[in-house]
Amino acid sequence: MYAFSYHQPKTVRQAASLLAKNEDGKILAGGQTLLPTMKQRLAAPPALIDLGKVEGLSGIELKGRSLVIGATTKHVQVATSEIVKQAIPGLAEMAGMIGDPAVRNRGTIGGSVANNDPAADYPAACLALGATIITNTRKIPAEQFFTGLFETALEPGEVIVKISFPIVSKAAYAKFRNPASRYAMVGVFVAKRGSDIRVAVTGAGSNGVFRATALEEALKKRFSPKSLEGVSVSADGLNGDIHASPEYRAHLIGVMAKRAVTAAIGK
Amino acid sequence: MHSPCVSPPAAIPADHRSERRREDERFLTGQGRYLDDDPPEGCLFAAVLRSPHGHARILSVDVAAATESPGVRAVLTGEHWAADGLGALPCFMSLGPDAPLVVPPRPPLGYERVRHVGDPVALVVAESRQAAQDALELIVVDYEVEPAVTDMRRAVAEGAPQVWPEAPGNQAFRYRRGDPDSAAAAMAGAAHVVELELVNNRIAAAALEPRGATGSWDASSGRWLLRISGASVHQIRRELAEGVFRVPLAAIDVVCPDVGGGFGMKNVTYPEYALVLWAAKRLGAPVHWTAERIEDFTAGVHARDNLTTARLGLDAEGRFLALQVETLVNLGAYVSSLGPGPATTAATPAMGGLYDIPAVSMDVRGVFTNTAPVDAYRGAGKPEANFLIERLVDLAAARLGLDAVELRRRNLMRSFPHRNAMGAVIDCGAPLANLDRALLAADHAGFPARRSASEAQGRLRGLGVGCFLETSRGQPNEEAWLRVRSDGSMELAIGTQSNGQGHETSFVRLAADRLGVPAETLRLVQGDTRVVPRGGGHGGARSLHMGGGAIVLAVEDLVAKAREHAARLTQAAPADVSFEGGACVIRSHGGPERRMELAEIAAALAPEEALEGHGHHLCDAYTFPNGCHVAEVEVDPETGAVALLSYVAVDDYGRLVNPLLTEGQLHGGVAQGVGQALMEEARYEDETGQMLAATFMDYQAPRAADLPPFAVTFVEIPTNANPIGAKGVGQAGAIAAPHTVINAVLDALRPLGVTHLDMPATPERVWSAIRRAKSHA
Repeated sequence: MYAFSYHQPKTVRQAASLLAKNEDGKILAGGQTLLPTMKQRLAAPPALIDLGKVEGLSGIELKGRSLVIGATTKHVQVATSEIVKQAIPGLAEMAGMIGDPAVRNRGTIGGSVANNDPAADYPAACLALGATIITNTRKIPAEQFFTGLFETALEPGEVIVKISFPIVSKAAYAKFRNPASRYAMVGVFVAKRGSDIRVAVTGAGSNGVFRATALEEALKKRFSPKSLEGVSVSADGLNGDIHASPEYRAHLIGVMAKRAVTAAIGK
Repeated sequence: MHSPCVSPPAAIPADHRSERRREDERFLTGQGRYLDDDPPEGCLFAAVLRSPHGHARILSVDVAAATESPGVRAVLTGEHWAADGLGALPCFMSLGPDAPLVVPPRPPLGYERVRHVGDPVALVVAESRQAAQDALELIVVDYEVEPAVTDMRRAVAEGAPQVWPEAPGNQAFRYRRGDPDSAAAAMAGAAHVVELELVNNRIAAAALEPRGATGSWDASSGRWLLRISGASVHQIRRELAEGVFRVPLAAIDVVCPDVGGGFGMKNVTYPEYALVLWAAKRLGAPVHWTAERIEDFTAGVHARDNLTTARLGLDAEGRFLALQVETLVNLGAYVSSLGPGPATTAATPAMGGLYDIPAVSMDVRGVFTNTAPVDAYRGAGKPEANFLIERLVDLAAARLGLDAVELRRRNLMRSFPHRNAMGAVIDCGAPLANLDRALLAADHAGFPARRSASEAQGRLRGLGVGCFLETSRGQPNEEAWLRVRSDGSMELAIGTQSNGQGHETSFVRLAADRLGVPAETLRLVQGDTRVVPRGGGHGGARSLHMGGGAIVLAVEDLVAKAREHAARLTQAAPADVSFEGGACVIRSHGGPERRMELAEIAAALAPEEALEGHGHHLCDAYTFPNGCHVAEVEVDPETGAVALLSYVAVDDYGRLVNPLLTEGQLHGGVAQGVGQALMEEARYEDETGQMLAATFMDYQAPRAADLPPFAVTFVEIPTNANPIGAKGVGQAGAIAAPHTVINAVLDALRPLGVTHLDMPATPERVWSAIRRAKSHA
């Protein structure tokens, strides 16, 4: 680890101004990716701005037909929240599948979304559920937020405050873990809101999370795993590594989509 | 809770069997003392710059900026090493006069050339770890990258990059054993021949505690002290003294504190050991180094990496006639301490496994590649030998339309002693009975119903049976010393070493019960050349076989000495002194009975005398731990994921000293065997030599959640090879589990037409095999 300065703002405004003042500074919002990479000297932010003491950033509430989750809400809180379990049970289950207990007790939704790791789970949930990422300056639809590997629409000095999920009628997540890292090798989040059906895939795309439109089209005819039979997913643009070729990932997307749809129907 | 034992024990009182480990309180409450817990006062910290390339020429190493970096005391390169006229890391192994071995020079810092990713290039010594790490980044090495080769098939082919000029065709040795003529003749006359090409995958150690070393130099005595997280202190001392520094053995002491795992991976001499000693002397201060995890993955030794073609000949009734084995073994870029051993001398006596095969031949070629060296880790040679025969048995059964259990029954060794085709004489065992016990314990009869139940859930269920034969001995002698102090406390010093096996409990118990003293009286001393003059270390399940024998002899010697002293001190006739319940009892004719405790005798001796027993167990006999394991798996045919559902082991390790500890060792071994079968692969990218599984993000080690409960039964058939009757356990699980699990996976996939899978059977491999079989159907 390299030396860095450490800041503990009390408000989002202070955090944003610290971020603006410290070039290449990083927000610390759980640190489950950031701190290990710093220890390995793969990341060297000169300043860390810890959101841990910022008031009002953590919490879960229902606002009309939306579930709103504060940026520093930990995965374990989402996984065990009665509000989430009632509103979007598939989202609570997804949060319970992230990493391991240590990660779930430190990692936060805002941190995960801002980091946009191509194998993280939350980006798939945000994209499939049509979430809105609310920052200190604006509201960004998930569709426009995730722009590439570890890339987001966040501007310098912009801080995620909360994330709003519209409540859907059916949603579930199915994940095939990378055997070694246990990150999603293929994670598929399906959501149905009226006739709007979305299938978002994480872990597989070489440009990060994406929507599997072929599967969405098939499910629009009937929201059933049977609709996905015989629908193949293209391996173009998928990752290949020692654990899974693009072809295997493409196949797993189909399998996980079916399992997610089955689970969603069962809820 | 401990496992049932089929035959009752004799040597150890019932209440002492399965006692919990004395060392656990220390380990479980954070009181263990590991190398990195105690860097010496005033020590300097070392960091190693390593090659990022699989194969490259070093054109220049610019250390100027690093040397100027704050807190840096020295930046040393291979040129400094060469200028000091020091030697190279040796390999003292011999494969016999008919199999000469190329041992290329291996100075601890590369100069002119690097040959694998992780090869050490420079050493920074600084006042803090941070300063050393910072300086590492300021060293500028100008490399000319050359083509690398990591794949053995390509390494032995024409036109491959040559790792060493002195090893044309990248061949380090060729080793042949058995009788090729009789094996060929028997094969020619066989009614059936099955042939299999199989990979025994390269595995990396992932010890909880990474490697580490602290070197100190005492200018007044002219001696070095090396503290390591390691084992085999005597071998490491000899290799450093004779091979590297060219000094008498007495000039280097090697000491191990508590060791957080190794399984053989820490038994070898590493370049960093030489470096910290060298730097300590140059700088006049202790030098401390701890490996980062990635340094263990890229520059710790690996194991296995065999490519084998094996043929089994059978007669019309399915009796085995001959086994022919041709193996390429990947030694890596250098010949490590025992690197050539696993595929050759270690595998030889176990070749053919637990079966009666009249004719066996093996032909092994050692191959240099641009990879980390391999060595004797996690069982060595035995897993490979047993894997290939056990896979052939299942394949032969499928080809001949026989039940794999029935084929085993027809061919397991039946009478003992049994001389196998490699000349090993297996003294005792009950393979057939153990096979039956294992099938019963695994409810083999109920398997078809379980298979149907899985099928109804859309899953494929398979049952795999695997036998194994271990051949245990290692260095054919071991020594133990029992020293009594005048307060009655005793030191049991021994030349083997525990790195997790629980010797502080089992070895102490062995001596205490024989002496008739409380175990608390004794303290185990190990892994320290200052107080243990000689020793063969642990490895190959030898500690109890060889070391236990030495303890028994040391007890006998101590008792004899105590009686002599007691007779002299009381002026009694030696015949009137007996040893009972931890003390000498003098019953002189007509006089009163007198009892002399060991403490009293020790206190009465002159200062220059010592009450000490020494046991030197000279023993060239092997022991033959063996057993039968059964695994059941479920395969998800949609994803290729394999779940291990149950695991049964019926094992004969001879007489057990502590069944609880034995079972613990078996559990660890099985877990690692399952890891090799389903998860682990220390994979490289050919042509660049990049290691593709150099972190836990890519190297899958088995986790507790991956494993079912193990059902273990011990069958105690004592051997006469040592005074205890123990055969040893250490690596048994790691030997038996790979083929048992792979046989189960293939049993599950057989209905789909899949006949072969190489380890590890990862989800993608299984899915690909299913897909290939479907496309051929």
